[in-house]
Amino acid sequence: MLTFIAKRMIQSVLVMIAVGLITFALLRFVGDPISNMVGQDTSTAEREQLKEDLGLNDPFVIQFANFAKNAVKGEFGLSYTLRVPVSQLLSERIPATLELSILSAMLALFIGMPMGIYTAIHKDSWLTKLFLSSSLVGVSLPTFLIGILLILLFGVVFRWLPTFGRGEVVDLGWWSTGLLTWSGIKSLILPTITLAIFQLTLIMRLVRAEMLEVLRTDYIKFGRARGLSMKSIHYRHALKNTLIPVITITGLQLGSIIAFALITESVFQWPGMGLLFIQAIGNADVPIMAAYLVLIAFIFVAINLLVDILYVVLDPRLRTTVGD
Amino acid sequence: MKNITTYLSTVAAVAMLAMPVSAETFKYAYQGDAQGLDPHSLNETFTLGLLGNVYEGLTKYDADLQLQPALATSWETTSPTTWKIALRKGVKFHNGNNFNADDVIFSWQRTLSEGSDQKVRGGMITGIEKVDDHNIIVTTAGPLPVIMQEMTFLYIMDKEWSEANGAAESGNVKNANDPGYATSNSNGTGPFKIVERQPGVRTIMERFDGYWDTSIPSNVTRVEFTPVKEAATRVAALISGQLDLVYPVPVQDWSRLDDADGVRPLAGPEARTIFLGMDQSRDELLHSSVKGKNPFKDIRVRKAFAHAINLDAIDQKVMRDAATPTGLMIAPQINGFSSAMNTPYAYDPAKSKALLTEAGYGDGFTVTMDCPNNRYVNDEKICQAVTSLLAKVGITVDLLAQPKAKYFGKVLAQGGYDTSFYLLGWTPGSIDAHNVYQNLLSCQNEDAKLGAFNLGNYCNERVTEITSLIGSETDQAKRQALIEEGFKLVQDEVGYLPLHQQPLSWGASDSVTVSQRADNVLDIRNVVINK
Repeated sequence: MLTFIAKRMIQSVLVMIAVGLITFALLRFVGDPISNMVGQDTSTAEREQLKEDLGLNDPFVIQFANFAKNAVKGEFGLSYTLRVPVSQLLSERIPATLELSILSAMLALFIGMPMGIYTAIHKDSWLTKLFLSSSLVGVSLPTFLIGILLILLFGVVFRWLPTFGRGEVVDLGWWSTGLLTWSGIKSLILPTITLAIFQLTLIMRLVRAEMLEVLRTDYIKFGRARGLSMKSIHYRHALKNTLIPVITITGLQLGSIIAFALITESVFQWPGMGLLFIQAIGNADVPIMAAYLVLIAFIFVAINLLVDILYVVLDPRLRTTVGD
Repeated sequence: MKNITTYLSTVAAVAMLAMPVSAETFKYAYQGDAQGLDPHSLNETFTLGLLGNVYEGLTKYDADLQLQPALATSWETTSPTTWKIALRKGVKFHNGNNFNADDVIFSWQRTLSEGSDQKVRGGMITGIEKVDDHNIIVTTAGPLPVIMQEMTFLYIMDKEWSEANGAAESGNVKNANDPGYATSNSNGTGPFKIVERQPGVRTIMERFDGYWDTSIPSNVTRVEFTPVKEAATRVAALISGQLDLVYPVPVQDWSRLDDADGVRPLAGPEARTIFLGMDQSRDELLHSSVKGKNPFKDIRVRKAFAHAINLDAIDQKVMRDAATPTGLMIAPQINGFSSAMNTPYAYDPAKSKALLTEAGYGDGFTVTMDCPNNRYVNDEKICQAVTSLLAKVGITVDLLAQPKAKYFGKVLAQGGYDTSFYLLGWTPGSIDAHNVYQNLLSCQNEDAKLGAFNLGNYCNERVTEITSLIGSETDQAKRQALIEEGFKLVQDEVGYLPLHQQPLSWGASDSVTVSQRADNVLDIRNVVINK
């Protein structure tokens, strides 16, 4: 068990190093940050000096070594354009992204699951057909478009909900939340729905497929033959066995919700990490981009590691084979 | 459905009326944020424009870009290189300190410190002598008629405050551990003080009660500034009434703002000239099918390009009739402009073809054009239009449109001027033709700091000479004659292909009155909220 975890940890570190290397190699092609950092009257010599002092002329290996050395300490340097330490920017932005992502994941789960169960049990009802066909829309419409449509409808036409930003946030010291003010909650509605729609349809279809499969198994048939109530069969026996893969997938999806929140964030000017990243791309703000990509990679690696370890803890069959 | 909508919007309207509304809060958005609050660490229009509400220079521009006194009340030259300047009395900084000559000297010295991006401005001055608390004598290395124009964006900081907070030197982006106290704190003499700032998210300002100029039109008491990156989000926020003013607005959205209730597009010519440049110095173009020679060295080819581009078509089709086609490299708002010389090259494709044939390119040639796609109004679309106009006379343009970070990295000095044919825009920061002569029209000369943005190295010795002459000529009539002489040479030699002044494109709520400055700066002194 311990050797397994140790092995996994070493693998995770290797993945992080690989991600760091690839990230860094790619960032060399985003363009020239210097012209965004100085005014047009600044002389060529001074521009060259700035480039030299920032270490942008150093060989790739040295740049990466410096970056890695500081990254391990949690230091990512100063943003080229906002002129604030990147670690400070990220810690200011993380609450916004996590609040949005977690609410979206919960929304997707709590609406997607009942819909999945319903469509599996009532295979031929008109509501099932409606759910299934509208879920196609959710899967196929790009997030960007859904966001803009929601803004147009609820922000511009009806004017019920704010179209950008977080509204009033309450600062709790290390965390800022929009959940404690009316305007903060109103601001959360549209982006949460936008971000949740794809995951919601995914979970619905997953639950439905798993449930249909479980309902076909022998023990369900025996249960029915034994005269158990349908309610008990559906919710006590079938649903429980459906949940294992669903929870796995949902957990893994949380990583991608956090990562792909950047599209929703830029449509709604949601001040999270993704928006910070998108703005950084436009200015070739390398320190922000590098830190964001490494952080996202870290979140993915951490979630995967956790899931792997949980599997071993939960599933006795795995424990015997993984030791060697 | 319509009834329900009306009903619901009535409910919403009533609900909004019921809330306490502070009519003097002004909310606006721009596509990006100020790059820090330090007035000396970046010489960039938007950052300095926003900070212009907090800090002030010795002079300022009014709504029509005319020079006005600010922290200086009067100035006179006592010799060609010395200026006697009287400073305003009774001015207070936001922290209550008094403004005096020491602050001016301190701020000037600060612009020369390591991290400053204002060294060019500060470097124009060689010394400041304090006569008394409100009189100074400024010395320049040579005669410098535009010195008071340059002082508009050299903001004055409080000496005591800066020194007490360890901000005696300009914030330095190279210093990864310490961006500088003044990067996130401010203390100016302007009408607004910054009370909250979250970089990239929002900046909140409140009216400074002790502001010296009680005659400014603004009745705004609180300002909320939000950077909003997506144009669609900005426009939606304006139409839905959450913001009072947004800029820039895509020109294709003007009709939407016209149709919507309570908002209007604000358009006007910007002082920025958009133009095309050609590599006229290399013996062989870097990116072209012509080998062994440089077609742009032949004036007939440059003329052919000039006559092939239909400025009116670009204005009507690409710019929705909002641009101002131009024949000069400076806009009417810029000192040195001459309306008599502003006639563009005539659109004449037949002549263009004849010139190309005469030059030996009857079958045309291929050239790569560099173009930014997120820097100027509809920049990429302009380049596409140029591409198709040139195709009609047989020139094949390979268009390379890239985001500005990639584009500038390639075409500017640091990329080794790696371009054969390009689109660029320019607003002279000093609102004077000299800046254009210095950066765009002079032959490249790194040591003399000339022609740094003359990417194709158009070079005429007389034009370069004129650059230094107008830099020191104080007789306005003589100076204007020199400026026009140089422009005539550039036009005759087709050194550049000016296209147009791009439009300013803002969107505003009907409840605000605002003046749109041609340098695209929003001065909240001129913002009035109508009750």
